Amino acid sequence: MRSLWEYANPRLFMNWTGKALPWLWVLGLGLTGLGLVWGFFFTGDDFRMGSTVKIIYIHVPAALMAINGYFLMFVAALIWLIRRQPVTALVGRAAAPVGLTMTVIGLVTGAIWGQPMWGTWWAWDPRLTSFLVLALFYLGYIALWEAISDPELAADLTSMLAIVGSVFAVLSRYAARFWNQGLHQGTSVPVATGNRTVDDVFFIPLAISMVGFFFLFVAITLVRARTEVRARRVKVLEAKG
Amino acid sequence: MIALLLRDLRLAIRTGGGFGLGLAFFAVIVIMTPFAVGPSPAELSALAPGILWLAALLAVLLTLDRLFALDAEDGTLEQLALTLPLEAVIFAKSLSHWLTTGAVLALLGPLLGILLSLPVSGMLPLFLALLLGTPALSFIGAFGASLTVAVKRGGLLLSLLVLPLYIPTLIFGASVASRGAAGLDYTQPLALLSALSLGCVAAMPFAAAAALRASLR
Repeated sequence: MRSLWEYANPRLFMNWTGKALPWLWVLGLGLTGLGLVWGFFFTGDDFRMGSTVKIIYIHVPAALMAINGYFLMFVAALIWLIRRQPVTALVGRAAAPVGLTMTVIGLVTGAIWGQPMWGTWWAWDPRLTSFLVLALFYLGYIALWEAISDPELAADLTSMLAIVGSVFAVLSRYAARFWNQGLHQGTSVPVATGNRTVDDVFFIPLAISMVGFFFLFVAITLVRARTEVRARRVKVLEAKG
Repeated sequence: MIALLLRDLRLAIRTGGGFGLGLAFFAVIVIMTPFAVGPSPAELSALAPGILWLAALLAVLLTLDRLFALDAEDGTLEQLALTLPLEAVIFAKSLSHWLTTGAVLALLGPLLGILLSLPVSGMLPLFLALLLGTPALSFIGAFGASLTVAVKRGGLLLSLLVLPLYIPTLIFGASVASRGAAGLDYTQPLALLSALSLGCVAAMPFAAAAALRASLR
């Protein structure tokens, strides 16, 4: 029985991700497609929101993965600083642009929904503001990776930024709530209380879409991490001449 | 450590650059504001706390890249790291940065507030907010500066990294100033702002030292 950490060895990592990726792609694309088609074509309109309710099938899963993507970077940063597993640093690097994309999708779909429903594309609501701040944190993290050429130093510094940034991202979230009362409705799927405000008719395709987005995120991140590992190998080969 | 603090203070005041420029920048932004938003006193006094806070933020940001860059270039930083714990070096440098920017900005802010029609009752809260809030800016900035020591011409990158970290401080600080100017009770945001500053003063030198150690390795 191998220790869990051994799967972060680059060779083993390439091995198991190569085998797992086709399945992840099938799950990610299949479930996302199923959730979206079900949600878009086989559910009724909401009695107040009309057909705009359907944007929830993209908006909520994207927002979910935007936050979890940052959390993934935080965990990867901790593992890199504690255990110095090179692959985890690369996974953090690989996840950042995907997470940023999810954040932007969340913001844009929210604006498209908000225009007819709230009568405005944008409001300085705490939730919206926190997402914009999250996008800034992603940008800073990506920019720092790009700016430093020494890979080990870049991994160290970006990991520290990710950890300190997480603390401040959470602080900003609560500071923003203090600063302005919200327009955004409460969460539709509160995990803690279990009092869903979404009917099963909408919830089942939404849940499928959420799971689909999760696998899609993992698949894209792993493809990007594999590319990074290969790029490292090419560099080593070039250095050998 | 005290010797280092005094050395940095002397350097900041005597050599042309950081110290005076930051303050001049602060004053210029405040003076430019009426040209951008119009001279009406009612509008200006509504904007004053926010503008003063933004200007202070930018003035602090402008002087940050000098915090470690010069000492890292000529090797002084490595020598300091040999004689003192790096955390203490960063603490002394951040403190001297605050004394030459934040503390002076706190004194200057209410005066420049006159130009923006800040009500007299709003001057004490603005002073308190700047005095208690700017330590957070200097110490968070030290962390940002230590991340970008290894980057040549890292000034723009530094602002992208540091400004998002300033958001909570800005929210609480500007809220103290604007509540004070409106004659409302401002003790709650002031307490939160002070807590934030104290937390940053306590924790940031360690984060910055970790980053500097990686860069000096």
